[in-house]
Amino acid sequence: MGKRLVVNHRWCKGCGICVAFCPKEVLAMKNDKIQIADESKCIRCGQCELRCPDYAIFLEDVINKTTEEAQ
Amino acid sequence: MSTEKPSALISKYLRTQHLPHIWCPGCGHGILMRDVAKAIDNLKIDNDNVCLVSGIGCSSRIAGYMDFNTIHTTHGRAIAFATGIKLAKPEMTVIVVAGDGDISAIGGNHLIHAARRNIDLTVVVFNNDIYGMTGGQYSPTTPKGELGTTAPYGNIDRPFDISALAKGAGATYVARGTAYHAVQTIKMIQDGISHKGFALIDCISACPTYYGRKNKKGGAVEMMKWQQANGVSVEKAAGMTAEELAGKLVIGKLHQEMGVPEFTEEYQRIIDRFTVGG
Ligand SMILES: Cc1ncc(C[n+]2csc(CCOP(=O)(O)OP(=O)(O)O)c2C)c(N)n1
Ligand code: SF4
Ligand code: SF4
Ligand code: SF4
Repeated sequence: MGKRLVVNHRWCKGCGICVAFCPKEVLAMKNDKIQIADESKCIRCGQCELRCPDYAIFLEDVINKTTEEAQ
Repeated sequence: MSTEKPSALISKYLRTQHLPHIWCPGCGHGILMRDVAKAIDNLKIDNDNVCLVSGIGCSSRIAGYMDFNTIHTTHGRAIAFATGIKLAKPEMTVIVVAGDGDISAIGGNHLIHAARRNIDLTVVVFNNDIYGMTGGQYSPTTPKGELGTTAPYGNIDRPFDISALAKGAGATYVARGTAYHAVQTIKMIQDGISHKGFALIDCISACPTYYGRKNKKGGAVEMMKWQQANGVSVEKAAGMTAEELAGKLVIGKLHQEMGVPEFTEEYQRIIDRFTVGG
């Protein structure tokens, strides 16, 4: 089971905490909302999720499509 | 990827229909609420077996958001309500979340006596050094010299160290965390809940709107960076002098005492003495 980075623009209040503490410069702010600028650099460390006061960015489990179909 | 669906953790522990919450952008309280959820999740305690009690303040709004048995009480009195709940249902995990004003100003008396009784409650303080909800008045934890709406020329009082206060009053588990040090703080909340007896976790929050702005501490990011730069672990602090520790935040378990009689168990013993066949 892998993980993917997801953001909820509706809940983001634009505080910038996730951008400041992401160790890989994956994130950026655009019009006071969070943007995933370069997902390829993301190491899935979860620092952003840990400190987002609004639960607007997190790592989601992705169930492998083929296993899902097999079930 | 963009989503409108909350994470599994948030869906399980928060009343998502009330989100986004009312707290300001970058308020440390949001981070600390997730820490409480994560601690319960790690301990695998059923939501229905948790009762979360709060008083009044920005921090106390938590009772509206968390999907446990919750009660939003009156300013300073959360511990009094929690004491009644714990006595009625000793098997329940009872958690109090309170602001520094709520717990150490108006509620200070409840705090010291609950600690003295060693009742099995876990108090999680969202300590932002100010009265957030009412507009930035200084609280008992505002450092000397800092500004508040009621201290326009600087606070002249010496601050309470809530951890030291709780320990002095008899609390049997005391720890200090911060919004920045989320991993450690989650563990402290977990350990506080697992501890049989009165536990207090003094969590340094951040109020960028009032405390940050009034005291020119910058915004939410700068306040988090300050916690990152000034947090010192208990282990490291043990080798530092008082001068070196001035202005630092000592993070970790500060005190734990085992084997002290717990209030609800002592109370039950009295009941048993007068119960037929007991
Ligand atoms: C009996 C009573 N006195 C005063 C108030 C006004 N009041 C509401 S919240 C608050 C303090 C809030 O500060 P704190 O407990 O530190 O929580 P924060 O808002 O900073 O999270 C005060 C004085 C009240 N609601 N009830
Ligand atoms: S998971 Fe880590 S690397 Fe990826 S965006 Fe979040 S903080 Fe950055
Ligand atoms: S930490 Fe959360 S609320 Fe703040 S900018 Fe990032 S996603 Fe938005
Ligand atoms: S006033 Fe301060 S404590 Fe209250 S929600 Fe805003 S930032 Fe948080």
